[in-house]
Parts: sequence; C-alpha cells; structure tokens
Amino acid sequence: MTLRITDLSLARGGVPVLAGLSFTLAPGRALILRGPNGVGKTTLLRTVAGLQPPLSGAIEGAEDQVAYCGHSDGLKLGLTVTENLRFWAQIFGQRDIEPALQAFALIGLHNRPAGGLSAGQKRRLALARMMVTGRRIWVLDEPTVSLDAASVALFASAVEAHLATGGAALLATHIDLGLQGDVLDLGPFKAKVPVSDGFDEVFL
Amino acid sequence: MIALLLRDLQLAFRAGGGFGLGLAFFLIVTVMVPFSVGPNSATLGTIAPGVLWLGALLACLLSLDRLLALDWEDGSLDLLATAPLPLEGVLAVKALAHWMTTGLPLVLAAPVLGVLLNLAPDGFAWITLSLLIGTPALSMIGTFGAALTVGLRRGGLLLSLLVMPLYVPTLIFGAEAARRGAAGFATETALLMLAGITAGTLACMPFAAAAVLRVNLR
Repeated sequence: MTLRITDLSLARGGVPVLAGLSFTLAPGRALILRGPNGVGKTTLLRTVAGLQPPLSGAIEGAEDQVAYCGHSDGLKLGLTVTENLRFWAQIFGQRDIEPALQAFALIGLHNRPAGGLSAGQKRRLALARMMVTGRRIWVLDEPTVSLDAASVALFASAVEAHLATGGAALLATHIDLGLQGDVLDLGPFKAKVPVSDGFDEVFL
Repeated sequence: MIALLLRDLQLAFRAGGGFGLGLAFFLIVTVMVPFSVGPNSATLGTIAPGVLWLGALLACLLSLDRLLALDWEDGSLDLLATAPLPLEGVLAVKALAHWMTTGLPLVLAAPVLGVLLNLAPDGFAWITLSLLIGTPALSMIGTFGAALTVGLRRGGLLLSLLVMPLYVPTLIFGAEAARRGAAGFATETALLMLAGITAGTLACMPFAAAAVLRVNLR
C-alpha cells in the first residue's frame, strides 16, 4: 500500500505551518523528515495518523494502515511490560508479542511494572508496541529520544526488518539511524504566515 | 473492546487506580447528614431518598476527571484514537468501566447507608432500583463532560460545572422514584422517565463524546 500525499497544507493551533507538500512512500521504503523545530514535523505525522484534518490536500493509502508513535510513550505505569504489550496486541487483533519483546530486548523485563522502568526502557516498550500493531506504515515522531546507542541500533534493525517485509516507515528524527531511506527536508514547504494586524483575527 | 474494558477495570483496582474513592466519599457524605440536620429520625426519613441520590451523584462526579485525563496525559488516548476501534465504542466502553467501578458499588452501598438515614422500610428496594437505572446515565454524561474538558489544566472543576446541569433530569426522576417508593406511592411514571433518560443518553452520548474528543485531540 503506497502512501500518497498530494498538495497538503497543515496548520498548528490555527496558524498555517506547511503548504504545498507532496510525497509518496512506497512499501519497503523509509522516509526521514528533517527540518528545524516548529517547522511542522509533528503536525504532519499527526495528520497522516488521522488525528487532525489537513487544511487542504489529500492523503491516500493511510486509512487503517498507520501505526502511530508520538512523543509520549502511551504506557500504563501500573501494568507490567507484558500486560502493556498484550493490551495493544489485542486492540489491533494480533496475538504474538514474543517477537516484539525479543526485538527490543525486553524479555528480561517482561514482568516489571512499566512504572519501574527507566526512560530509555519505557521508550523501547513504546517502540515495541509498533511491532504488535500489524500495521504496514509506521509513523514515528522522534523515536530515539532517551535511547542509548545500543537501543538505537535495536530500533534501526527493527525498522529494517519491518521494511524488508514490505512495510513502510515515516520518521521525524534529528540523528542518523543508518537506515536506507529517503530524506525529506520540510524547510522549503514552510507556509507563508499572513501578518495579522489584530489579535482578534485568529478568533474571528 | 473487551480488552479495553478489562484493562480499565484492572487499572482501577491496581494501586492508585482510585477504586473506592467515590464509595468512601458517598459514605462520608451520608454520615455527615445526620450531624448537619440533627438526629430527628422523622426528618431524616423524609430526606433520606434525596440525600442518597445527591450523595451518589456527587460521588460519581468526583471520579470523572480521571476518566480520560489519565489516558490523555500518558499519550494512550492518541494511540486509542488511531487504533482500529471506533472512538464511539472506546468512549462507551470507558463509560461502562467507570460505571462498574463507581456506579455499581454506589448502587450496592445505598441500601446499607439508607439505614443510617432511617430510610422507610419500603424505600430500600426503590432506592436501589432507581440508582441502578439512573447511574449508567451519570457515567455516560460524565464521559461526555470528560471528553469536552480533556487536555485543559484544572479541567476538573470546569467538568463539574458543565456536567451538573446535565445531571438534573436524572436526579429529578431518580430521587422522585425513590421518594415515592419510600412513601408507598406508585413509582411507575418516575421510573419510566428515568429509564427513558438513561436509554436516550446511552444511545446519543457516545457519538457526542467522540465528536468533541476528536476536536480536542487535534
């Protein structure tokens, strides 16, 4: 399933951030988004995930195909690692959580409450969640925050394995993961913000 | 859906889940009433159905701000919204879990606390029945309120102010049914109205709650 973005315009908090953005993401490919803070990487990823509507433009091929991982880990601290993963596996209609635990080296922690994990371990659990969704397109927002070098390597190989099985990944990241992927700089698509002369304009 | 219900129940019963807070609040309010209005048993018996209903309503209100706020804070609400479950279903299930952990214990506790308020012997069955019919509406309306205020700082107070007026019809007919039952009058009309309100709420509110939550998640 190819993700096709055509002439997309996005706004964050009512202010246009990106305009005229078009790209395609074919199966087996990774697309790495780059750009300075505030350019609209998170907004683009949330829009692709279907959490907010675009101002204009079309997104094709994202319907029921996207697994989203945002800035927050989305873990229940009172549940154990296994319970957290199993819950999401059930929600997405999958059964096997073993490969996900293995890929992110969580086997030894599987009985630990998520509240007792370090920030990096929590992040690994949040990323392991992507593997139990069974979705084709992974949408990842700053996936490597608080990960150490070894965990980043684990993550990169998990993404590569996902790509090898015909999946696709859309990532916003500032570090080099060593992934075979295309890089898209969002800078040139920055929307021109009309200078408003009155504070009220946003509200009217 | 069942996985979500089980998870919410599991979280409510785990440490820090807040199960029993509403129940304890209900107990304290009911125990305080004789102190404030005096120990005259005739007076207490007259006001008992109304006090029990108001206490149950406030206890229900107390736990609403945790209903979606916790999921919003840790980011799992975003993830649930991108999951294959319809958001309407997610919210209906969360309302059901809230009712099972808050509403149902209140229903079961009400007859016991009725003793403290010298509730007329005829009234015990009616207070239980009217609460059983009415409390699902309280949870469902509360879920709508929680969806409306999710993401706001100090949203809890605003949530109470928004939800209270919506609770008025349920309170009127629920307390009326219990009061009439305790006094030995016919209760059919009030109970049917109460059941109608609950049924209407359960039918419409998941859609309203999902619509406002979609706006709030943007």
